[in-house]
Amino acid sequence: MVPIYYYIALSAILFTLGSLGVLIRRNAIIIFMSVELMLNAANLAFVAFARMHGGLSGQIFVFFVMAVAAAEVAVGLALIVKIFETKHSIDIDQMNMMKG
Amino acid sequence: MWADRLILLPVTILAAWAILLTLVDLYIPEDRKGITASLSALGLVLALLANWFGVRQPQTAFFGMAVADGFASFLNTIFLLSGLFGIAVAYDYLRRQNIARSEYYSLMLFSISGMMLMGMAADLIMVFIALELLSIPLYVMAGFHRDRLDSEEAALKYFLLGAFAGGFVVYGIALAYGASGSTRIAGILSAVQSGSASPVLLTIGAVLILVGLGFKVAAVPFHMWTPDVYQGAPSSVTAFMAVGAKAAGFAALLRVFLLAFPTLSDQLIPLLWALAALTMVVGNVIAIAQSNIKRLLAYSSIAHAGYILMATVTLGQNRLMTDAASAALFYLFAYLLTNFGAWAIVILLEQQEGKGLNLQDYAGLGKKQPALAAAMTVFMLSLTGVPPTMGFLGKFYLFRAVLEGGFIGLAVIGVLTSLVSAYYYLRVVIVMYMQEGEPLVNRDVLVRWTAALTAIAVVVLSLFATPLFQWASQATLYVAK
Repeated sequence: MVPIYYYIALSAILFTLGSLGVLIRRNAIIIFMSVELMLNAANLAFVAFARMHGGLSGQIFVFFVMAVAAAEVAVGLALIVKIFETKHSIDIDQMNMMKG
Repeated sequence: MWADRLILLPVTILAAWAILLTLVDLYIPEDRKGITASLSALGLVLALLANWFGVRQPQTAFFGMAVADGFASFLNTIFLLSGLFGIAVAYDYLRRQNIARSEYYSLMLFSISGMMLMGMAADLIMVFIALELLSIPLYVMAGFHRDRLDSEEAALKYFLLGAFAGGFVVYGIALAYGASGSTRIAGILSAVQSGSASPVLLTIGAVLILVGLGFKVAAVPFHMWTPDVYQGAPSSVTAFMAVGAKAAGFAALLRVFLLAFPTLSDQLIPLLWALAALTMVVGNVIAIAQSNIKRLLAYSSIAHAGYILMATVTLGQNRLMTDAASAALFYLFAYLLTNFGAWAIVILLEQQEGKGLNLQDYAGLGKKQPALAAAMTVFMLSLTGVPPTMGFLGKFYLFRAVLEGGFIGLAVIGVLTSLVSAYYYLRVVIVMYMQEGEPLVNRDVLVRWTAALTAIAVVVLSLFATPLFQWASQATLYVAK
């Protein structure tokens, strides 16, 4: 059996990649994908920990996270499409209407 | 089972009302959308009654998922009142700005039900779901002015950073679950006390949750989105989210940290201390340079998050923790009244295309509209923390709790930054009274009523604050067994 540490290390790597992606990438869609990567890193950790503790609540949490992520996608993509219609760009460096 | 339903009755009423309202609204003719606004206000009043006459004995529901206690009931009152004020300031404003679409009210009700769940969450799963339920409608509302680029930008920034913060919260919860084997606040606490929890993992989890919630309450260094979002979003949305989302964030922060992580006080207190101090200093200092009133109030809202954050440093000191949580609740109530009043004045002066938001547009208000200028003065004094206003009492109780905990340095920073804040708050007053100008003021009846009502409440409640403070001090956190 694969030890639990492997799963946790993998999920930590995924989470770090996701958060670095949010901070470094400039394209709104890619940033959003990175956020999804962070959520999935958490899902992996939940499932691994649920297995370790022998409980089910961690696995059930994953379903909630997935459902919420889907709701977020619906709103987020709509916002990105709308701003692309107006601006013809989804580069967040160009979103600098407001300063101060 | 029925007792469980009764405990969640206020939230159930509101959520069901919001769903029904989206359907009923389709049958209301376009020129009578006032009905939709009144119906949503009615839903809020019903939920307020259910909350008021609801469960008295603290108890948990649905297998320890939700808890009804004084803390939750006090916060529910804040959320529902912010909904009522939110409708009052939105109705005329949305029509004037040509963005009157009635899904606004349903979205607001959904968001409030999320906030209420946040106050009642006794399980970290609930915290996460409530966080998203309150945030997702707010993303849409921030972009409600969908023909204007600044509103769209605000929505996108709020969405991306909100989702980012959500990621931190989930991962923090995953680690806390891994460390303790439970997502329940009571379960985490008992695992820690029995020594079966891994302290390192739990600390990392707690810090990640703190980062995520720090984004939500706009604490420095997680505040970058706040000025842009507050400026770009329609003013009625900003008024609502400045109070509601912040109060909800603090609801989770106080309940989770004070109840689940008291044993981590050695590691967490320095962090919370630094976070509170940094937020107070940065918020107040940057606010000085602002000339746009919406940005000024945004930085002011960051600064106020810092004051409320002071309550969390009492982590681990049992009796004091209760006092500090009550002081934070009282402060949030004061902030609710003051903030909605100040935003009501901003909305009254805001013209089409984002005009009328500069500080100079307030010149001459003291001569042309003495009542409005007087109300704005009351709000500015209350935000500074000058007696006799609610803002003063809120700060007084908070500083007292912090001093009793022995955090003298933090209280000194709080007092000094309040002095700094007097500079920019009083500048608004000076511009209104000392400079000549022709301010353009809108008629909006409901907004004027909101301003008048909150101005009176800010002063009168501060003179007769004892019942309110007693209510806040009885609003203690209930530790489920």
